[in-house]
Amino acid sequence: MSAGNMRLTLKVWRQSNTNTQGGFENYNLDGVSPDMSFLEMFDILNEQLIEENKEPVAFDHDCREGICGMCSMFINGQPHGPLKGVTTCQLHMRSFQDGDTITVEPWRAGAFPVIKDLVVDRDGFDRIISAGGFVSVNTGNAQDANNLPIAKEDADDAFSAAACIGCGACVAACKNASAMLFVSAKISQLALLPQGQAERSIRAEKMVAQMDAEGFGNCTNTHACSAECPKEISFENIARMNREYLGAKVSSKAL
Amino acid sequence: MATSSRLDAKIPQGSLEDKWEKYKSSVPLVNPANKRNIEVIVVGTGLAGASAAATLAEMGYKVKAFCFQDSPRRAHSIAAQGGINAAKNYQNDGDSVHRLFYDTIKGGDYRSREANVHRLSEVSGNIIDQCVAQGVPFAREYGGLLSNRSFGGVQVQRTFYAAGQTGQQLLLGAYSGLQRQVGMGTITMYNRHEMLDVVKIDGKCRGIIARNLITGELERHSAHAVLLCTGGYGNVFYLSTNAMGSNVTAAWKAHKRGAFFANPCFTQIHPTCIPVWGEHQSKLTLMSESLRNDGRIWVPKKQNDTRAGNAIPEDERDYYLERRYPAFGNLVPRDIASRAAKERCDAGYGVGTSKLAVFLDFSAAFHRYGQGEANKNNITNASESQILEWGKAVVKEKYGNLFDMYKQITGEDPYEVPMRIYPAVHYTMGGLWVDYNLMTTVPGLYSLGEANFSDHGANRLGASALMQGLADGYFVIPITVGAYLAGEIRTGHISTDHEAFVKTEKEVKDRIEKLISIQGNTSPELFHRRLGKIMWDKCGMGRNEKGLKEAIVEIRALREEFWKDVKVMGKIGDFNPELDKANRVADFIELGELMCIDALTRNESCGGHFREEYQTEEGEALRDDENYMFVSAWESIDTEKWELHKEELIYDNIKIAQRSYK
Repeated sequence: MSAGNMRLTLKVWRQSNTNTQGGFENYNLDGVSPDMSFLEMFDILNEQLIEENKEPVAFDHDCREGICGMCSMFINGQPHGPLKGVTTCQLHMRSFQDGDTITVEPWRAGAFPVIKDLVVDRDGFDRIISAGGFVSVNTGNAQDANNLPIAKEDADDAFSAAACIGCGACVAACKNASAMLFVSAKISQLALLPQGQAERSIRAEKMVAQMDAEGFGNCTNTHACSAECPKEISFENIARMNREYLGAKVSSKAL
Repeated sequence: MATSSRLDAKIPQGSLEDKWEKYKSSVPLVNPANKRNIEVIVVGTGLAGASAAATLAEMGYKVKAFCFQDSPRRAHSIAAQGGINAAKNYQNDGDSVHRLFYDTIKGGDYRSREANVHRLSEVSGNIIDQCVAQGVPFAREYGGLLSNRSFGGVQVQRTFYAAGQTGQQLLLGAYSGLQRQVGMGTITMYNRHEMLDVVKIDGKCRGIIARNLITGELERHSAHAVLLCTGGYGNVFYLSTNAMGSNVTAAWKAHKRGAFFANPCFTQIHPTCIPVWGEHQSKLTLMSESLRNDGRIWVPKKQNDTRAGNAIPEDERDYYLERRYPAFGNLVPRDIASRAAKERCDAGYGVGTSKLAVFLDFSAAFHRYGQGEANKNNITNASESQILEWGKAVVKEKYGNLFDMYKQITGEDPYEVPMRIYPAVHYTMGGLWVDYNLMTTVPGLYSLGEANFSDHGANRLGASALMQGLADGYFVIPITVGAYLAGEIRTGHISTDHEAFVKTEKEVKDRIEKLISIQGNTSPELFHRRLGKIMWDKCGMGRNEKGLKEAIVEIRALREEFWKDVKVMGKIGDFNPELDKANRVADFIELGELMCIDALTRNESCGGHFREEYQTEEGEALRDDENYMFVSAWESIDTEKWELHKEELIYDNIKIAQRSYK
């Protein structure tokens, strides 16, 4: 289907840069097809704005197939919109009704400052990974891959945690802007695998310390993060992280 | 035919099996103390870039890495689904380095370089070892060992995978290595930066001009070597499986500064993508080739059959790949599967509302796997519906994320009705010409991964892109770059006050100002869409002389119109995605012209390059080895002007044959 007949009112957060005050603008949009993705609907909005000599809405997006983690819209009060397990780019307009008003905001968190409109700065996530989200193995040091059998269940669990796309929806969903689901997914992946054992304690300590330094909030067990996670990363990871962290603190060798 | 005197592939002497080993033990080295004073710029942080940056930093070089996304983890390697090849022979099915080498050369329709491909096969096993050591959670069997599956054009099982998210897991592995070095201070990472030119001093590449995409400021960065790991140019077609931001700009700027562009017309059209639905579509989504392990491709035997897929009885279905290619069946290489789909649709057998689609059907797999589960659990009286349910669960474990994605995009449940698929632009085999060291024709400027041309000839086999990206980054460039940098230990830090930096930055600035000053009537997006239509219609799955000549004229006119009528909103000194896009589209337009010229010059069909004038009676690609067994390396002379240099391809170790998968 190409011809669209949905009419929508969009209430979109506009903000020139980090240091200015933002606010909502309302836009009316016609000709939206239910088969369009949410971002394709935004493409149309932007084409319309350009025609009207207005600056288009800045938003982050790249792969548009739900895996790069770049898209980050807070739609009608939910990160990535109403569907479970779906990123904004994979959300389609058939999830909305003709005549709907849709409110679109950026991720809201002190540790994710707005760059412009719907674009936020998520560099804090990279810094948390730099603090310890890796196995310290230089290229060329590896043994034959099959010398290290790993029980399928452990490999599968590690994979489930590793499926995190680093989009930050967990932070946006949380009333405390906690990044614990993101951090615990990486800690879990590596704690579940034999390769991660050597640095298991120091990793938990350093990643948690960096998370705190970035200004992310604490977990108060509302489970909103995993409920809104587009990759449905399990809340159990946070429990595992807490165990890892406590265990590490007991025998801490950190500087 | 002799190779142009301007091209020296620098292939080491000796037998094919010994070249790389001998090269490694004789290549000049840079001692650890000197490495600390040598700077390397890596542009792009996909598999090739992230692995190269991490490894070079581990070795002691000072590395600066750049990506246009907000994090290096977003690079489009992340979206690769199906798997990564390696000649491990874990399945004991007769695989070997030689067989992987042979399959890759044959798969590329004898248009790639023997020595490069052999080296790729040699290091393939090390990649798997490295990734496992990093904690990449590959799929495993119950015994705890790694699992494999098959990909197209191959009769062994050598593909390692992590569900349908192999690229994601491999990239996150390389990214973790990169971030580890960032934390240690050996890599400086520049997110949201786009390279807009290379800077040459006395003929050597000495740095880049990059734009900070948040502030709009231009920055000068110097280095002793620059590695372009900037991916492919499939977005020249507008609609492709690439990410929205994937672009040719870095490679194209290098080309304009003297790097030859090789085989630009070699593009891969992937057979199994979700069909186009309408004019506002922004991208196409791949359904992994791995699905062809279990899915069967068919169309109705009757033309214009409008029945739903599952309402058409078995004897009225044409499993055309199994019919035409019994030896490889549904797992023929991508170019062949794509053309076969196009042939059926063009003949009127297509399905769906557009009639530009074929079925990819899992019902046989549901049944087979379900029966297997019943047998495993010793259940002899299971009902058909129970068997199907168990079978669906097995399929879900293998491909669940792909099935979910299909449902999300089309609104149809592929567990209940067959998927509808059609070919779409996916990968570009062409790219910057590089020698054995991965150096372009500009000294000190290298190209890795999809951005170069070297390993896949005229058609890439499935699961080989991840292999090449990581081979180049982890195992090839760390050795080969030493051959050049050993000569740079006395150079010292390169000042960005040099006039070459000043002049190049000025040229970039002028172009940006020009783009924003035009204030015409047409958005960059609309120009891009028009370019894409020309490319798809006339330089897509089928090409002919008449169409290509028309396309060249149309693209030239489009370029002129662009520079008169483009409308770029926003400001220069600001976060401005429209400006970024305009810059990229301008380069795509120029590239499109060169692609058509290249396709017009190559009077043969090979791999993904199908010139309709050159086909066998059965509709297969008809190569002309006598006249076209060469790499086309194009030198940029001026607007609308290129000079062709040929690198002869010599096959000492493989018998050239018509490529047959029958």
